[in-house]
Amino acid sequence: MNSTQALSRNTILDSVRANQPATQPMPTIPHFHTNQPADLVTTFCESIARMAGVVVTDLLNEDVPDLDSFLRAKFPDAKVFCSAIPEYAGTIKPASLNHWSEASTIDICILRSPMGVAETGSILLSDIELQVNTIAFLAHDLVVLLDPKQIVENIHDAYEHPYFKLRPYSVLMTGPSGSGDISGITVHPAQGVKTLTVILFPAQHAGQRSG
Amino acid sequence: MSGVVDQARNAETFLADTVHEERLDKLLWAMRLRRDAAARQVPEWEELRTLASEIKEHTLSNLSQYLIQFEARATANGMIVHWARDAHEHNQIVYDILAEQGANSLVKSKSMLTEECELRPFLERRGVRVTETDLGERIQQLDDQPPGHIVGPAIHKTTQDVATLFSQKYGSDPRNLDAAYLAGVMRENTRPDILNAPAGMTGANFVVAETGAIVVATNEGNADLSAHTPPLHICSVGIEKIIPTTESLAVFIRLLTRSATGDKITQYTSMFRGPRKGAVMHVILVDNGRSSRLGMKRFWHSLKCIRCAACMNTCPVYRRSGGLSYGSTYMGPIGIIMMPTFEIRKYSELPFASTLNGSCTNVCPVKIDIHEQIYGWREVMEENGQIQVVKKEAMRVADEVLSHPTLYRIATTALSTALEVLPHFAVYNRLNSWAKHRDVPEAATETFHEWYRNNRLHTNEEVRRG
Repeated sequence: MNSTQALSRNTILDSVRANQPATQPMPTIPHFHTNQPADLVTTFCESIARMAGVVVTDLLNEDVPDLDSFLRAKFPDAKVFCSAIPEYAGTIKPASLNHWSEASTIDICILRSPMGVAETGSILLSDIELQVNTIAFLAHDLVVLLDPKQIVENIHDAYEHPYFKLRPYSVLMTGPSGSGDISGITVHPAQGVKTLTVILFPAQHAGQRSG
Repeated sequence: MSGVVDQARNAETFLADTVHEERLDKLLWAMRLRRDAAARQVPEWEELRTLASEIKEHTLSNLSQYLIQFEARATANGMIVHWARDAHEHNQIVYDILAEQGANSLVKSKSMLTEECELRPFLERRGVRVTETDLGERIQQLDDQPPGHIVGPAIHKTTQDVATLFSQKYGSDPRNLDAAYLAGVMRENTRPDILNAPAGMTGANFVVAETGAIVVATNEGNADLSAHTPPLHICSVGIEKIIPTTESLAVFIRLLTRSATGDKITQYTSMFRGPRKGAVMHVILVDNGRSSRLGMKRFWHSLKCIRCAACMNTCPVYRRSGGLSYGSTYMGPIGIIMMPTFEIRKYSELPFASTLNGSCTNVCPVKIDIHEQIYGWREVMEENGQIQVVKKEAMRVADEVLSHPTLYRIATTALSTALEVLPHFAVYNRLNSWAKHRDVPEAATETFHEWYRNNRLHTNEEVRRG
């Protein structure tokens, strides 16, 4: 830190110390579990639908789901399938990208999220799943596998996830990008991904398949 | 009075065109209703508001300690932390970082702080091309206007306004009024700038001291785009944005979007704890008058603001006059109580752009006593001789009348008579621009005193005699 910066830092901190009001206590923050919904999966599906996210439950009962057929049927015009999961090959892997802006050439990226949030319909992604973070907003369409058992009740529970204390980048994603900036009319997409599809699918199935 | 922002006069421009005024009023009221519906779905809503207020008060009363903790954690995470005493120092730091990297263009997401610091013109004068990536902010940039609303910067514009603007700037179809088409035009035209930008910039909704994290909420994903596509991320943060822990963040995330738009959360609620692989991340902690405001016994609570704009959406004056009429970075009720701390004379008239109905205070997710602070600022302006003669005279008369009960009774009787007989223009005069087209509540046929005298006085006297 140069001398100007040291001076600015000290000036600001001195002024804050001189002006801050008498210390007030930090409240205890409950998790508000008293309103627990009967069915977290149903609540999750309702919440994400409000944000234009799509949930697929058809594959829940399949031992070995045919992801390739599913993706090609759902996205018939897509050519570049980027897979960030071991159980699906795709046409490329995140590691194939030479530059972070190249994520914009991906039509479909398939990932697995470690957590869903029933209250808001959000899924968690971090630099671990994404590998190249720009995939979360430059890829055209995201398809995210989520184990229904990994859906937590609310945002208080969600922020207990260790990612928020450990990872350089983490995002609670809730539906595709959108904007209400023109006349308050909500449209999709805005600058980020065009669609977000969440496939509910137990994690152990993936393990069997990849094993 | 030169240099003083005259909100009522500015509102005239907006009100001259009833299409925009009626549309904005309806749109923002609908947002207020969506906020109400979202709040009703959360049984612990009021408890969350109390918690949010208490967490902010705790943090602000221990701010120096939390700033130092954040600095240490962020530095350990690999960020480079800077301190800016004022807007100029902030802008110079941003420019120096860009110059050091040889970056002559910048993509940035919406940040009210950078508006406050007037960063964009500062950089543009030095040859740096700035592209706003938030749709509303970009619309305002292309139209060479400041934001009119802190959440929806171009919310005062009609779809036709945007279609016309985009056709002029991007050559798109001026007759296509489909908002999705227009958002697509923006996406296609901005994306090359984003993909090739040497530098990106964001603001911050919250800063977590415990983990050294920057939290940004957007619907468009444009903060993430701006932060992580380029190899350089600069983040500007007002020092009041700090909160202690990730646990406390949950309270604010639950309140923020519900208060702003009625949704439960934004599409991208992102946390940046350090630079992405192969990139550099700078954070600038900006004071610019905040530490002084912290020492204002009556007004420091305004630092609790989380910029949801609920107070603006509910305010009858804001809805009727548009954000640009305030001539300030922050507008509406929260702007009224923040702007005088930057420049007391320039913004001396703003505290009068309010009906003091208290609705702003009722919807504030962090329980800022907004309408009481507005009244407090009126008193400050009076004490400092900052009030225009007309308003001063009105206040003097009010003071005189309120201190003499008999005069008050005569005056209130006269008011109800006046509303019956006075022509429209006498009630809706220029000094009361935002009230145009709004029905003044029908005056009661008798004042409370008249009613009491006719209905209760004798009874009570009989009771007393008995």
